[in-house]
Amino acid sequence: MKEIILPELGEDIKEATVSFWHHKEGDEVKAEEDIVEFYTDKANFSVKAQASGILKAISVKEGEKASVGQVIGEIEER
Amino acid sequence: MKFKIINKGTAEYQEAYRFQLELVNQRQKGFIDDTIIFVEHPAVITRGRKGRKSGGNILIAEQELAAKGIKVCEVDRGGDVTLHCPGQLVVYPVFDLNNHGRDIHGYLRNLEEVVIRVLRDYSISPERIRGFTGVWVGGRKIASIGVGVSRWIAYHGVSLNVSPELKQYSMINVCGMEKVRMTSMEELLNRRIAVREVIPVVAKHFNAVFDRKDCWDGREDGSEGGKKNRFKFSSAG
Repeated sequence: MKEIILPELGEDIKEATVSFWHHKEGDEVKAEEDIVEFYTDKANFSVKAQASGILKAISVKEGEKASVGQVIGEIEER
Repeated sequence: MKFKIINKGTAEYQEAYRFQLELVNQRQKGFIDDTIIFVEHPAVITRGRKGRKSGGNILIAEQELAAKGIKVCEVDRGGDVTLHCPGQLVVYPVFDLNNHGRDIHGYLRNLEEVVIRVLRDYSISPERIRGFTGVWVGGRKIASIGVGVSRWIAYHGVSLNVSPELKQYSMINVCGMEKVRMTSMEELLNRRIAVREVIPVVAKHFNAVFDRKDCWDGREDGSEGGKKNRFKFSSAG
């Protein structure tokens, strides 16, 4: 399993809200493609898949907040 | 390394947006260097990610907007509702933030800093308001900022009120906040001012704030002549 983590985005960003996932649980995803988009007050940004495989779990859903470093989903590597 | 400037003149929001995405793609692949697009949009309302959730904030009916020919576009930038219209200078820097500190909110502060320095050049006293991204003068908003970041390539950017018709802002709650009053350089200076006049000033301060000394292509002696030639302007239709 490869964890999807909300990365460090700069000094004063502690958390961000999920705008949407590009895929559903069970979808095949490819490494390096955008997998989930987040937003803060004035910025939005996408996080890419770190591995190719199946998007096994989405633990932070659309409209929910995640903290920097938090696991937001999992990819079963292939 | 070159710091390229593209002055698109007036372009529809969607057209300029597609152009930005093309540049983001090229920047990600390393085909182009950091680029700034300058453009003015015909009147359009755009809603960022925050606005998608908050709903309201557009204060006039859909039919009325349609009658005025004003579209509402949902966009992938941070922030709430904003309005673009002629007289507003829209600046879209397509920058690789890997070279600018990888700090998204730090980047927002730098964009504010560029606008602040531009306004000071015109003897306007701008301010930041903590927690309210953008640039303000005497409690009124003069510039709005909202960005998108894809694999550390930033896009979207800044809109600076040079000389827009301010009454148009009554159509929205600017940035999703009630009772925000907008101002413009024209209102504050009490004289006509053209968007094209401000573009080189903004370009100059981008260079200083983002410390792009390496893009100097003017004279070595630091004279005004050199500074004026620092940027290569090009037109991209």
